[in-house]
Amino acid sequence: MIRFLSLIAIIVTFAASASAQEAAGDSRASTGGAQTLADILERQEGLKVDETFRSEATGNPDAAAPITNQLGTLGGASDPELWRAYRFGSADISTQSRGPAATTVIQDGGMWWLEFREDTLLTIAVYLLGGTFLALALFYLVRGKIRIGGQKTGRTITRFKAFERFGHWLLASSFIVLGITGLFSLFGRKVLIPLFGHETFSFIAVGSKWVHNNIAWAFIIALIIIFFAWVVHNLPDRTDLRWLAKAGGLFGGEHPPAKKFNAGQKLIFWAVIVLGGSISVSGLSLLFPFEYNLFGHTFSTLNSWGVPGWFGASDLPFPLQPQEEMQYAQLWHALVSLILTAIIFAHIYLGSVGMEGAFDAMGKGEVEEQWAREHHSLWVQDVLGPDDNEKEKV
Amino acid sequence: MKPFILAIFALVVISFGANQILLNSGFSSADAGTSHENVRLSN
Repeated sequence: MIRFLSLIAIIVTFAASASAQEAAGDSRASTGGAQTLADILERQEGLKVDETFRSEATGNPDAAAPITNQLGTLGGASDPELWRAYRFGSADISTQSRGPAATTVIQDGGMWWLEFREDTLLTIAVYLLGGTFLALALFYLVRGKIRIGGQKTGRTITRFKAFERFGHWLLASSFIVLGITGLFSLFGRKVLIPLFGHETFSFIAVGSKWVHNNIAWAFIIALIIIFFAWVVHNLPDRTDLRWLAKAGGLFGGEHPPAKKFNAGQKLIFWAVIVLGGSISVSGLSLLFPFEYNLFGHTFSTLNSWGVPGWFGASDLPFPLQPQEEMQYAQLWHALVSLILTAIIFAHIYLGSVGMEGAFDAMGKGEVEEQWAREHHSLWVQDVLGPDDNEKEKV
Repeated sequence: MKPFILAIFALVVISFGANQILLNSGFSSADAGTSHENVRLSN
């Protein structure tokens, strides 16, 4: 009986001691120093978890017992310590893989990207493209086709030369194919696999990838062509302010004067150049994985300027693992492409069903003189000359 | 119409041309990412 009471006393004493230690602030005592349920939950919520308690706990190979001793061949690190070293990039790895990505054996920073890629990004795509399409359809129902207001002359003016139209159509055709194949990649798992099955989607996905990767070069070349062909005509000037103030006469009333390109077309041009350029650069980063790391350097620079603080945000992540660079590049590539696609929807609408006579500019290269007078009056004066405005074009 | 047809033709030529150039220039993932021997990453 005395032994039993002694045992109870010992257990109670040690239990109280352990409890006191936990109360003293060692939050990981319950897991023997490993991560806790609170750590896991915080990580799942996307909160930043201080990893220092385990990132340094990778054993000490120098303290390993000599191999002549018992258990000496195990070295100075246990299995958990070795895995921690893999996770935090401090393990001495030998591999046949070359390149920066080979240094990352475990990449546990990508779950937010996967969730964003498979859910939020698709929602953005549906709302942005679907919303733009519906808005244009609604506008068409309300405003109808923008007709040529005056009497048609039967005379035409050369609007775009063959080389300009070649550049435009090379850009347009490549962009449309890139958009379709890009959407195949984006919506494949959620939409195409349920619709067509895995085998059919596999064929579509492989083909889409090949087409997307290789047609990208035509897009980049066309982007360069139209930049040099039209940049001079797209520099902003005072006529743009007047055009914008009247919304280009889009909702009725007189057409404000415009040169070869009105302010709306200039906005489209610069959107194509800037956003298309950004899509091209991020696309090259994806085409040659891990070669062009764009985001780590950008984030570091923005952090040094304190930009995140301007918006009450904490510093942007830096340094980034090679895979994280690719994840950011993929998201950027997709988001900017979606924005440009929505803009191009409006461009296609106004260049086709939305405006009478507009398609001729790129279709034939020649436009009805009256159309030109209404939409680009200053350009017509420039082409025909101020005194020859009423004369027939030779 | 000619510029449009020419653009489509150029699209095809550029795409297949770019693919062939990249295939024959050692830019494939296999060429860029592997070694025939085990290597230390610090090498």
